Amino acid sequence: MYNRKKFIVSHAPFWHDGSWIAQRSYNILLAALPAVILSIYYYGLPALGVVALSVSSAMLWELGFTRVSKTADTIGDGSAAVIGMMFAMLLPPVAPWWLIVAGTFLAVVIGKMIYGGIGGNPFNPAVLAYAIIGVSWWDYLNFDAAIVNYDLGFITMFPLALAKHAGMHTDLFNVQQIISSYNLTDLLMGRQVGGIGATFGLGLLLGGIYLIIRGIIRWEISISFLAGVGFTALLFQAADPGRYAGPLFHLLTGYTLLGAFFLATEDSSSPVNFLPMLIYGAAAGILTVLIRNIGAYPEGVIFAILVVNLINPLLDKIRPKALGKVT
Amino acid sequence: MKRSFFGLQQPRFKYDAVSNVNIEPVRIAVPEKVTLFLNRPFEGKTPRTLNVGDRVKTGQKITLYEDSDAYVISSVTGVIRSFDSFLGDYGQALTAINIEPEQTDEFDEALRKALEEDGIAAARDYLLSIPGGMPPEMLKGGHVDTLVICGIEQDLLSITNQFVTKSKVSAMNKGVSAIKKITGVHKVVMALPQSLIQEAGAIGGASGVELRVIEDEYPSANPRLIMRDVMGQVVPADKRPEELGIFFVNAEAIAAVGEAVEKKILPVTKTLTVIKKDMTKTVVEARIGTPFSDIFQALDITLFDRDRIIVGGPMSGTTVYAEDHPVDPRTLSIMIQDSSDVPLVSDYPCINCGECVRICPADVPVNMLVRFLEARQYETAADEYDLHSCIECGLCSFVCPSKIPVFQYIRLGKYELDRIRLEEEAEAPETLEEPAPETEETTEEETKTAAAAKEEEA
Repeated sequence: MYNRKKFIVSHAPFWHDGSWIAQRSYNILLAALPAVILSIYYYGLPALGVVALSVSSAMLWELGFTRVSKTADTIGDGSAAVIGMMFAMLLPPVAPWWLIVAGTFLAVVIGKMIYGGIGGNPFNPAVLAYAIIGVSWWDYLNFDAAIVNYDLGFITMFPLALAKHAGMHTDLFNVQQIISSYNLTDLLMGRQVGGIGATFGLGLLLGGIYLIIRGIIRWEISISFLAGVGFTALLFQAADPGRYAGPLFHLLTGYTLLGAFFLATEDSSSPVNFLPMLIYGAAAGILTVLIRNIGAYPEGVIFAILVVNLINPLLDKIRPKALGKVT
Repeated sequence: MKRSFFGLQQPRFKYDAVSNVNIEPVRIAVPEKVTLFLNRPFEGKTPRTLNVGDRVKTGQKITLYEDSDAYVISSVTGVIRSFDSFLGDYGQALTAINIEPEQTDEFDEALRKALEEDGIAAARDYLLSIPGGMPPEMLKGGHVDTLVICGIEQDLLSITNQFVTKSKVSAMNKGVSAIKKITGVHKVVMALPQSLIQEAGAIGGASGVELRVIEDEYPSANPRLIMRDVMGQVVPADKRPEELGIFFVNAEAIAAVGEAVEKKILPVTKTLTVIKKDMTKTVVEARIGTPFSDIFQALDITLFDRDRIIVGGPMSGTTVYAEDHPVDPRTLSIMIQDSSDVPLVSDYPCINCGECVRICPADVPVNMLVRFLEARQYETAADEYDLHSCIECGLCSFVCPSKIPVFQYIRLGKYELDRIRLEEEAEAPETLEEPAPETEETTEEETKTAAAAKEEEA
């Protein structure tokens, strides 16, 4: 009786597909690498420094928080590293260290941990942190100022800011002429000014497609986001071509691609049902162009995503009727 | 079993088909000890019809307790050695009857007598623990609108019903006409995979059975999904198909009924699939009550600590504690899992990735549901997040990247709600008489008495 074999006894199911949060996180990091590496190639060690400090400080904030709050260490799931990476991708290639450390604190602690850690955050942590930093120290996030000491061989002006400025002074500038000075290849190949991980359009597209194929992000959100941006920009351009840039320009500049594949798709703050995902993505895309074209800021992805993060719980109420549900 | 590289596509499981395989079942010899479970808690003081040392015959109906008509059918001829209490799944209390078999069978004549004297309807009182099992409500004489014979298991890997459907066509024909006479059911439907339709054609022809094809993708053989997809009738979430008069029966049970009325002896040999660690399958025929260890020995299976013995399939089965757990009339398969293949669950929170929502065949909002279940808000889970719509396929737990035991939470939630409901029903008259404030007073009084008692002790 007492030397019986001891078997594992538990409830069904007895199989698992082997997926794990850390695996998702590391795949997101992998997909983000092409865009980041190209920026490091252009801007050198300062950009590498920003990325390294952002990722490491984000992880340390999480470790610190779990230690202080005496909860289980969650640093191994890679979620903090992803937040750090996303935050770095939003930043200009040159940024002061304290800004980064403060930003990752806002992202990891204020954006995620105080809601109970992974899965509890109502907003995308990196986007929230960037918004707070942007409101607080706007000057340090000015792309043109940050790279003033570089000689890069392409137009060192943030395209969206330039387009907005031109649109507001149609007596001095011609928007279409300014836009045509950025050619498509330059925008796709990262030869534009912007966030560390936001300029290399082709790399972001590849990374995004990889994540979609792996089932880590949802194509519904990405595609509807891009469609929302493209369609709204098209309407604006049709209304007044002298003031507003076209869809392709809006799609390939600023944070559009980064937002579509990496920011809006963050699990916790995005819906899970089919129709809500489409509405969520499209709403973020439409808001982005509205902010860019008629708002005060040249870039609208950040606030657009924060706003749709807010409506996410409501959107997910649109769901199919469960089997056998009477009412 | 592992998630594919291309994760956009959802995992698909196919039921195994047996049509092209010639299977020779392995027959297990009569064991040295047989254990039968009577669905009644063990009570030492209740008068018994049989006692330790009494002899039972093969096929004898054992109505153990004098004040209850719960019974089991003895699967061997032998001497009762002991009675035990046994706790089944979810604390179901059973009486275990241990019998030491003799080598030669002596068959009980009660069924023959009943059939000859009272006609075929008399078989009703003997069929409950026939190999494959019969729904008790159906035998009790409830209205049977439709009988659905499952030619395929609800869960994966097991091929018992398919094997029986394929190899016992004539017994099934007799079984169908017998069960029609016994229960008065007119509509009999047989749910089969496409691969068996041809071979089962003979069943439909002779005795008026409608053959229906079910998809070969898990979990389409689930009763509620068969109801929706094959019968075209959605069962309300708070009702069971049985309450609508629709009963699901294993093909094996129908074949056993056929054998019983033909030979006028109750069949006591159970067919089951044994799935080894390397996922190879063997079909086994063993007496009901045979300890698993006898089967493992015959098939050369060795188990080690931390392995897992699963009764039923990998998605919805149950596990047992000991190697000598007996074969039950409803045991369709036994699966052995190596300790290295046992996936662990975690206490990570839901990250809202939506995998479970997208794979759920019943469209349950699992991501919200699991949050409420984790917080033990079972009633909200049931009222607002469709807890009772769950068809218990287990796919949500399978795909969860947080490794949350989602399905386990769902079962716990349902169990707790059932328990609360039963308690409320039991207490209902008292609460009507006693308004709530009075109950508070009693508790206060009790605390006072307890405090006083403590003081006295001090």
